[in-house]
Amino acid sequence: MTALSAAPKTAPPPSRKRTSTEVSKWKRRFPLLPALVFTIVVTQLPFVATLVISTFRWNILKPGERRFVGLSNFTFVFTDERLRAAVLNTIVLTASVVLISVLLGLGLAMLLDRKFVGRGLARTLLIAPFLVMPVAAALLWKHAIYNPDYGLLNGTLNTVYRFFGADHGPTIDWISSYPMPAVVISLVWQWTPFMMLILLAGLQAQPGDVLEAARVDGASAMATFRHITLPHLRQYLELGILLGTIYVVQTFDAVYTITQGGPGSRTTNLPYEIYLTMFRKFEYGEAAAAGVVVVLGSIVIATFALRTIASLFREEVSR
Amino acid sequence: MRTRRMIHVLATATATSSLLVACSGAGGSSSSGGDGESINVLMVGNPQMEDIAKLTKSTFTKDTGIKVNFTILPENELRDKVTQDIATQAGQYDVATIGAYEVPIWEKNGWLHDLGSYADKDTSFDKADLLKPMVQSLTGSDGKLYALPFYGESSMLMYNKDVMKAKGITVPEHPTWQQIADIAAEVDGAEPGMKGICLRGLAGWGELGAPLTSMVNTFGGTWFTKDWKAQVNSPEFKKATNFYVDLVRKHGQAGAAQAGFTECLNAMSQKKVAMWYDATSAAGSLEDAKSSKIAGKVGYAYAPTVETKSSGWLWSWAWAMPKTTKNADAASQFMLWASSKKYENLVGEKLGWSRVPAGKRASTYENPAYQKASGSFGDITLKSIEAADPANPGVQPRPTVGIQYVAIPEFQDLGTKVTQEISAAIAGKTSVDKALDDGQKLAEDVAENYR
Repeated sequence: MTALSAAPKTAPPPSRKRTSTEVSKWKRRFPLLPALVFTIVVTQLPFVATLVISTFRWNILKPGERRFVGLSNFTFVFTDERLRAAVLNTIVLTASVVLISVLLGLGLAMLLDRKFVGRGLARTLLIAPFLVMPVAAALLWKHAIYNPDYGLLNGTLNTVYRFFGADHGPTIDWISSYPMPAVVISLVWQWTPFMMLILLAGLQAQPGDVLEAARVDGASAMATFRHITLPHLRQYLELGILLGTIYVVQTFDAVYTITQGGPGSRTTNLPYEIYLTMFRKFEYGEAAAAGVVVVLGSIVIATFALRTIASLFREEVSR
Repeated sequence: MRTRRMIHVLATATATSSLLVACSGAGGSSSSGGDGESINVLMVGNPQMEDIAKLTKSTFTKDTGIKVNFTILPENELRDKVTQDIATQAGQYDVATIGAYEVPIWEKNGWLHDLGSYADKDTSFDKADLLKPMVQSLTGSDGKLYALPFYGESSMLMYNKDVMKAKGITVPEHPTWQQIADIAAEVDGAEPGMKGICLRGLAGWGELGAPLTSMVNTFGGTWFTKDWKAQVNSPEFKKATNFYVDLVRKHGQAGAAQAGFTECLNAMSQKKVAMWYDATSAAGSLEDAKSSKIAGKVGYAYAPTVETKSSGWLWSWAWAMPKTTKNADAASQFMLWASSKKYENLVGEKLGWSRVPAGKRASTYENPAYQKASGSFGDITLKSIEAADPANPGVQPRPTVGIQYVAIPEFQDLGTKVTQEISAAIAGKTSVDKALDDGQKLAEDVAENYR
């Protein structure tokens, strides 16, 4: 510590300065090394193993038939009709969940940005869905809300019908009739609070003098929102969309619990399809190959996400 | 906070890969402590299994000194776990519950211990008392017994007697499917919100696949012919599937495409449906006044038929011992005890006779106490199990043994995918013809491995 603070004062020759910072850098890094090694072992070695497995034809139910097949599992991944459908479902699911929850989150964030009595309570309640465990949330939606017999939706319909004199409302099988919307809505319920939090942070970081100036200049609320608030929120929106996308792409609980990927394979997304390949087909090679493709896809998205966060930080610094 | 989330995201991105390695058996974890008198048992979370978990400590462990660690999982997770554990030779469990589907496949792979010799040695076990179809379905191709049945079941038709009486309908003891469809139409709406019949619509070879395949059999269809020709879009298979899907769509339970055994049990016991075709082991729950609104008012009939004399399926949850176990003696003692007459009596006396894990021993049905408790359904259950012929369940010879499934490793996947499409047909999202034509392609791919 003392050597560190003394270093600039004595103005040592450039070469010594370099080595001393090198040393101090390593001094700082050294305690972290075990963590780094651990992280590599835990995250990277399995990935390498997955790469290796993906080049094998390996069905664990048929011992003794494991053999090297090169890239044919990848050919399978890219040509399999079910996997292509799963990719499409994943895109539809992710895009709709993220977009809808961003829009709803924006609306809620704008409302919460105003001052009113009980704002803290409202905020806490609105965040609640994000804190519910995904499986618990999925079970809640499947049984308490969508169930055609005792679910909330049909129960409400029945009450309304009874109010008008009928003895029974229509029995709508929500999950089978609208499988994708059913999954999307339950996920939107979970992800809206997340978007709301990010956007609320953005809104509250808005410089008050600019808004006041706009008001003084007689700009309408709509114009203020379009020309001042929205550009200011751009990066927060990007961040929300990218983080949301990365998480929602991996959705498993909702699909597994609510629809089991059905009816047919209409809500089967990539994680669920890989699960089926692993645990119903027991084709490790195919599952590994599909897993590798998904990881590569995720890395692409993650790269964009990291870049956005980096630009966000740059902005903070320059401000 | 956000960056931490980010790291978490990247870590989970590789979750799939770590999962794969965890399952590849790189490091077989063994939790057995060195004392040799402790065994690990993995079993499915059915009521009968929960009972044995409760009773073991005070009886079996007390008598033998063998400590039993139970792991109880729902059926799907159990299948995932037990298959991984045994196939990768991880050796975590000394005993696991498996069914008639797994036995012949796993036996051929050399994963299971022969249990017949243990059963022969124990004279009080009385192997000859086990029902023949049960023994047959748990016997390997070499004639050895590879699993000991814990309880067994066939399938039958259950109906609400009050509803039938009010409508003046008599359900025949040996109905045909057409008769059942006609009755379903008549009792549909007998009470507000009540539907005619509950038939599983949930995708899965062990869910929708079981009643459907038993129906396909009696309609004259089969998944494969004896010389491995796929028959999924044959006229008989199509006729049966159309009948099934039409019946559920017209008079079936609400939310049919999502309804499995549990949902149907619920619908039946809560008077949401008038009839239900499913496992004989469901009767115990329907007759339980604590959870069922129709306890004591349930009528029973044999599985409906068309072209065959009987069409009930055959299933048992049975104890198997993986070859990897190091505690074979202790494990065999536990299995023999769990499948014994002594254990059945213990359950009868301690928990009530309707909770006895029945369907595997002839003597159970001769026991007056059990006869009294199972009055309305015991006889049909026993006769259905005895009439079930896994080697020859349809009208034509089969390549494998099994009634409501095809005993090949690929069937878990094939059955799941085909029933997914049929479930979609039940939901009205596709047609039966399209579902079965797609299924035929999958089945042909599978059949190629065997020709």
